[in-house]
Amino acid sequence: MAIIKTRNLAKKFGDLVAVDDVNLEIEEGECFGLLGPNGAGKTSLIRMITAVSPPTSGDIQVLDGDLRSHSRQVKAVLGVVPQLDNLDPDLTVVQNLMTFGRYFDIPKAEARQRSIELLRLFQLEDRCNSRIRELSGGMRRRLLIARGLINLPRIVVLDEPTIGLDPQAKYLVWHKLVELKSQGVTRLLCTQNMEEASTLCDRVAVMHQGKIMSLDTPAKLISKYVGNKIWEIELDSEEKGRIVNELEGRGLDFEIVGDKVHIFHVESGESLSGLVDSSAKLRRRSATLEDVFFRLTGRSLAE
Amino acid sequence: MRLFSWRFIRVWQRNRDVFFRLWHSESPGFIAEPIIILLAMGLGLGAYVGLVDGQRYIEFIAPGLIVGYAMFSANFECTYGSFIRMEYQKTFDAIIATPLSIDDVTAGEIFWGATRAVLTGCVMLVVAAVFQLVHSPWALLIPIVCFLEGMLFASIALFFTSIVPSIYSFNYYFSLFITPMFFFSGVFFPLSSFPEIVQKLSWIVPLTPVVYLTRAVINGEFQLNLLWALALIISLTVLFFSISLVTMRRRLTT
Repeated sequence: MAIIKTRNLAKKFGDLVAVDDVNLEIEEGECFGLLGPNGAGKTSLIRMITAVSPPTSGDIQVLDGDLRSHSRQVKAVLGVVPQLDNLDPDLTVVQNLMTFGRYFDIPKAEARQRSIELLRLFQLEDRCNSRIRELSGGMRRRLLIARGLINLPRIVVLDEPTIGLDPQAKYLVWHKLVELKSQGVTRLLCTQNMEEASTLCDRVAVMHQGKIMSLDTPAKLISKYVGNKIWEIELDSEEKGRIVNELEGRGLDFEIVGDKVHIFHVESGESLSGLVDSSAKLRRRSATLEDVFFRLTGRSLAE
Repeated sequence: MRLFSWRFIRVWQRNRDVFFRLWHSESPGFIAEPIIILLAMGLGLGAYVGLVDGQRYIEFIAPGLIVGYAMFSANFECTYGSFIRMEYQKTFDAIIATPLSIDDVTAGEIFWGATRAVLTGCVMLVVAAVFQLVHSPWALLIPIVCFLEGMLFASIALFFTSIVPSIYSFNYYFSLFITPMFFFSGVFFPLSSFPEIVQKLSWIVPLTPVVYLTRAVINGEFQLNLLWALALIISLTVLFFSISLVTMRRRLTT
């Protein structure tokens, strides 16, 4: 069952089209990834889905109801982890969680208990009474995620949750996100970390210039756009023209990246025989979501 | 027009918690300064001032200082305080991702600003009573006057906050509006000492009816005019409260 549905959703800021005619269906219990370069419209999209930014046009259905008419009920079951730190610097660590709990009408005793559990879970329990400015960047990010879980949300929306985290903290967060799956929590994850997307997400949408370019499981995206293996050839400048001609002649799918050429959708090396004089110049590696990302969104800087 | 919900109380509670954690850093502004002004002006300057009806000068300025400083509290809270929460700390962005709406935030800020006015007014009333400047049990109504006054000035202040580009804009608000009003609303000298045109103008500035009301309450002298003062305060409050709801929505919706 789709828990979030958007129809012809668009967001414009003056002449700038941030989100352009997006139709999405996010299933209950899945982890849905939103990938895209800076300025692709990911944040604008999730701000609309979390009812803090009204759409310019189109509809959003969350939990079987129109978001506009019952935004309070939706926000009550939503956990939001924003990209920018908006922890309350006037309050201590535990007060941040408890005050947030109060926004959700959680009774005080229960809010306290949940806060302490969350602080333990994110290894912040000895920072309980610290001021926010005394925390490191990684601690703040963990607290921001903990805060998003205080209301035991049915849907968690995370915008770049592990940005700036060290690997230990990153795995802690990933572990928690996987654990939420077993509790049936739907997760909408906005990320530029391809490893994160392939590890956590059941399905991934690649967004570019406000549009959804493609949407599927990470494995299917990889096999569809680049094939499971990628061949790389290091190019000498004098050989470049010949190799490119040869690749075109053989009808292969390839892309020149700096002084290398990437060849896609080639399973065995036979179709590449005779391209280069020494096999040392030919390398085969596993394809990743990052390759898909580049194919769909290009290699030039978006901003 | 949509109205705010009872959930505004959550914003009020958040501000209350922060205030009672940090109140000692706020106390010079709302306790020490008004006492110093009361003594310096009332006793120091007052020694040279003879009022027509034989009232002591310190008695004359006490009611105005009570509501004057209550007004400053509401204004500081809903200008610098609200602006910092909104723009620097992004506190409102965090709150509107919960079941609270922008309208709840607006109402919570205004009610908290009014609460600050009541707190300051109560402190000042106690100080005035200690100096035996309160002559009627009706003075117990002063916290209510301060609440109405606080709602009025918190609404005006938050409206201003919702439209200014930067925190420096508040210099205009205080230097050109609040401070002149403080001096031309009958706090330090009777309005009758001004030319008639100034007297009429001073009734437009919203502190004048508040001072008028307070002076009547603290001395227990009631006249029909008070109803006009009350009506003026309430209608300006409704006006600016409603405008703030709209302008805050515009500011926080992106």
